[in-house]
Amino acid sequence: MKNESVVQVRGLVKRYGSKTAVDGLDLDVRAGTVTAVLGPNGAGKTTTVETCEGYRRPDAGTVRVLGLDPVADAARLRPRIGVMLQSGGVYSGARAEEMLRHMAKLHADPLDVDALIERLGLGSCGRTTYRRLSGGQQQRLALAMAVVGRPELVFLDEPTAGLDPQARRSTWDLVRELRADGVSTVLTTHFMDEAEELADDVAIVDAGKVVAQGSPEELCRGGAENTLRFTGRPGLDMGSLLKALPDGTAAAELTPGAYRISGTVDPQLLATVTSWCAQHGVMPDGISVERHSLEDVFLGLTGKELRA
Amino acid sequence: MSAGTYTPRPGAAPVGRMIAAQALFETKMLLRNGEQLLLTVVIPSLLLVLFSTVDIVDTGDGRPVDFLAPGVLALAVMSTAFTGQAIATGFERRYGVLKRLAASPLPRWALMTAKTLAVLVTEVLQIALLTAIALGLGWSPQGGPLPVLLLIVLGTAAFSGLGLLMAGTLKAEATLAAANLVFLLLLVGGGVVVPLDKFPDAARGLLELLPISALSGGLRDVLQDGAAMPWAELGILALWAAAGLGAAAKLFRWE
Repeated sequence: MKNESVVQVRGLVKRYGSKTAVDGLDLDVRAGTVTAVLGPNGAGKTTTVETCEGYRRPDAGTVRVLGLDPVADAARLRPRIGVMLQSGGVYSGARAEEMLRHMAKLHADPLDVDALIERLGLGSCGRTTYRRLSGGQQQRLALAMAVVGRPELVFLDEPTAGLDPQARRSTWDLVRELRADGVSTVLTTHFMDEAEELADDVAIVDAGKVVAQGSPEELCRGGAENTLRFTGRPGLDMGSLLKALPDGTAAAELTPGAYRISGTVDPQLLATVTSWCAQHGVMPDGISVERHSLEDVFLGLTGKELRA
Repeated sequence: MSAGTYTPRPGAAPVGRMIAAQALFETKMLLRNGEQLLLTVVIPSLLLVLFSTVDIVDTGDGRPVDFLAPGVLALAVMSTAFTGQAIATGFERRYGVLKRLAASPLPRWALMTAKTLAVLVTEVLQIALLTAIALGLGWSPQGGPLPVLLLIVLGTAAFSGLGLLMAGTLKAEATLAAANLVFLLLLVGGGVVVPLDKFPDAARGLLELLPISALSGGLRDVLQDGAAMPWAELGILALWAAAGLGAAAKLFRWE
């Protein structure tokens, strides 16, 4: 189950006039996982997701969602997926609760609407019309509409944009509950912490291509070297230290008494360094490990700030 | 919510149930909208009462209400099928409602069926109200129900096609402005309250080809003059329906 692909995108190209929004993108989503499509505005995230939802026809490449062609097999696919658009999607004069109840009626075996309203904290605004809801309430209603039909796979386009921290946490918790119950999720985001917190897999998208894909840990490990720093007495024998360390590790005394070790910094390496220090009677003061965040990985891959 | 709450159990509701739910929802949205009610209920009712009781326009021989009631019924059909539907659908398109529904289990044809049902339900309510007012004003309708029904169905199809064409091709704000303008122009120049023989002959020949003139004229032929079947008007409406619905099906943009 876990290895089965629920979304398979190969060589997707999508152009709008002379502008290429998606330029040969590959993406795989494993069943029962949360995949974050991470990238700056204009990277092609929404176009990719909307192609998977059947809104757009690829100019080149193939897209399979739950094994189906999202355009040709739309009638069979749509009952099985849940969609949260980046904005809108609700009659401006509809009340939050009646809109959700209506969406539920379009499905064979929907969730309990009352419980869902309670779960998403929409109880206080159930009788408020959509146009009078706050941005965060509109987002939560759109999320509720995406999950009410008990889909196998949900697409959430920037689900926490504009939410306050508490509502963001609550949305994250819901995504985790969906995963625990076997629902697969694809979400787009330009928040690093969201991808790190939630995703089993992250696809970093830039200029219409996936520039890296993997678990947050893999990406942070593989994207660039990490660093360990400490201070001790000047003139330690770096050659001797390097012999104890794995190949590919670098060690240097930057200024007298300030040492930097670069490489794959893992618990094993840290233990090796401290035991070498112990053997040589060195107290490694101010020992610190700098691991790269997804943000550094992204910067290294694209040369861009995420929220530029 | 406990573990297992979200365990997938996907599936569309039976299509009949989806259409019924969607039609009910669309009708609720239509009736809740204040501006729409002004167009669909208040204006036709006021025109009927005002022009029947105050001698503003010379409506020819016979009592004014016998001339006005068919015209106002035609106006009611236009206000819902054309003006109301164009504005509502234009804003649904603008606010992503049509886009969101396209990702739901509801097929497009079922959505359009539901919209048509919502229009018909609204028209039934309008016609009931206006008929009651007209009867209160002493209206004595002639003719049989079948030609009236045919005229209203074909008129609804013609106006729906034109309304959806507008909603699916113009911006929501442009639709709002244009639909109201067209409503006003056709109210004046479509034989609703002003007899077409008040216009110069050249203009009259063209005005008679408008769908509102065909509908008001056809209804008047039956309800005022007791005609059996107003074929010419039915033909004009059928042509408008074919052209409008055909163009809308081809040109409608969902986003």
